[in-house]
Amino acid sequence: MSTGLVFACAGALLFAMGVAGVVLLEHLLRRILAFNLMGSGAFLVLVGLAQRFGIADPVPQAMVLTGIVVAVAATALALALARRLFALTGGYTLSEDGDD
Amino acid sequence: MLLLTQFVALPLFLYARAYFAAGSAYFWPLAGFLLAGLNALFLSADLFNLYVTLELLGLAAVGLVAAGGGAQQVAAALRYLFATLVGSGIYLLGVALIHGAYGTVSIEMLTPLVHVDAPRAVWFAAGLMLIGLMLKTALFPFHYWLPPAHGGAPAPVSALLSALVVKASFYLILRLWLGPFAALTTAAAWLPAIMGSAAILWGSWRAIRALRLKELVAYSTVAQLGYLFLIFPLLGADQLALQAGGMQVVAHGLAKAAMFAAAGVVIQVTGRDAVADVAGIASRLPVTLFAFGLAGITLMGLPPSGGFLAKWLLIDAALVRGRWELVTVILAGGLLAAVYVFRVLRQAFLPPPSGERRRVARRPVAMLEWTAFALAAASVLVGLRGMEIVRLLGAGA
Repeated sequence: MSTGLVFACAGALLFAMGVAGVVLLEHLLRRILAFNLMGSGAFLVLVGLAQRFGIADPVPQAMVLTGIVVAVAATALALALARRLFALTGGYTLSEDGDD
Repeated sequence: MLLLTQFVALPLFLYARAYFAAGSAYFWPLAGFLLAGLNALFLSADLFNLYVTLELLGLAAVGLVAAGGGAQQVAAALRYLFATLVGSGIYLLGVALIHGAYGTVSIEMLTPLVHVDAPRAVWFAAGLMLIGLMLKTALFPFHYWLPPAHGGAPAPVSALLSALVVKASFYLILRLWLGPFAALTTAAAWLPAIMGSAAILWGSWRAIRALRLKELVAYSTVAQLGYLFLIFPLLGADQLALQAGGMQVVAHGLAKAAMFAAAGVVIQVTGRDAVADVAGIASRLPVTLFAFGLAGITLMGLPPSGGFLAKWLLIDAALVRGRWELVTVILAGGLLAAVYVFRVLRQAFLPPPSGERRRVARRPVAMLEWTAFALAAASVLVGLRGMEIVRLLGAGA
């Protein structure tokens, strides 16, 4: 097992933890953090798999860079919305509407 | 698809100009972003670019939902945000696996590479990408985020989201399904069909039971999206199902935009949102109600509307393949759509409750009414010129 593959497996694990966090947690900040964990996991898989034969490939690294920018933007938006929700309702949880 | 986007967006922007006459600082830049994302998505040719455009689209849409500013809208926007982020995250993991397996993400280069005997990672990746996209299309078990987001947003935003944004990810599913993953997916075609059928029945049921007007229209979106997924087991050499899907996208895009626009006028004029409160609008807002009715005709699939043509092609394709159960679902869906559309129309023709003299608060803005009407009329008229549109779609696919 090469280092790249180890990274990829760790990435998959992180991704799974992130998804579970986003779906299961209640606190908004934790869910946003979990989303970031998920993104990092996907990036690790992307870079790790490309490097499993020991040769660095610039293309996936460029992709990860783009992905990080997207993730930062998404996190910023999520945080802004969470703050707004806190200002409006005084809580950091989404109330379940009870339907579905 | 590009053409449809512009066709729906232009009247909606005219509508929005009148709707936001009081001024909304956020709508225009976000709507511009949204349109840029949509256009880029339809023109991209590699999986990673598609991811970026999907995110652009998702973030702009979330911003638009939140632009209303109330606690409910912000909560709906956050729920929508998490759904879309998880969806595109899952999609991204799929892209990562594909890149790991083949070293390329160009759709064109991947198509000949993927075979039935592909490594397990590729199967897994294809599944992940399709599930991620289904989450973003709000297919039945993943639809939970759609009604609050679309029902809570301001009317022009709901119209944009329902008519175009969910279609973008459907378009992607279709493109991946027919393109790179064609070799893998034929075995699993019944799965989206089952989910689509469930979406039609459940969405219509919820629309019939909905108390608020926009909630009704939003659940009707869930139901109508179900039709799109019925085409997957019917895809074949004769293109019938593909044409049906394309037609349904066009017809529903126009009709749903019209319906949300009309609902927006009603809410603005009466100041209320409940289905029960539309009583009496028939005499006050004839044009709007006519637009709502025309859009309803398309959703029900009555001739000569675009919706009729779409459902006709779909039933035709199902009969050719001998899939009777799908025909039943399509017909039942049409009947249920009739129930929820007529529920609104019936209320509209009732006299307003006598006790309270309704404050005739605001005169409807003519621009709002007529853009809604134009969209609805277009959704019916595409049925008359259907064959040209089908051919145009064939050229684009």
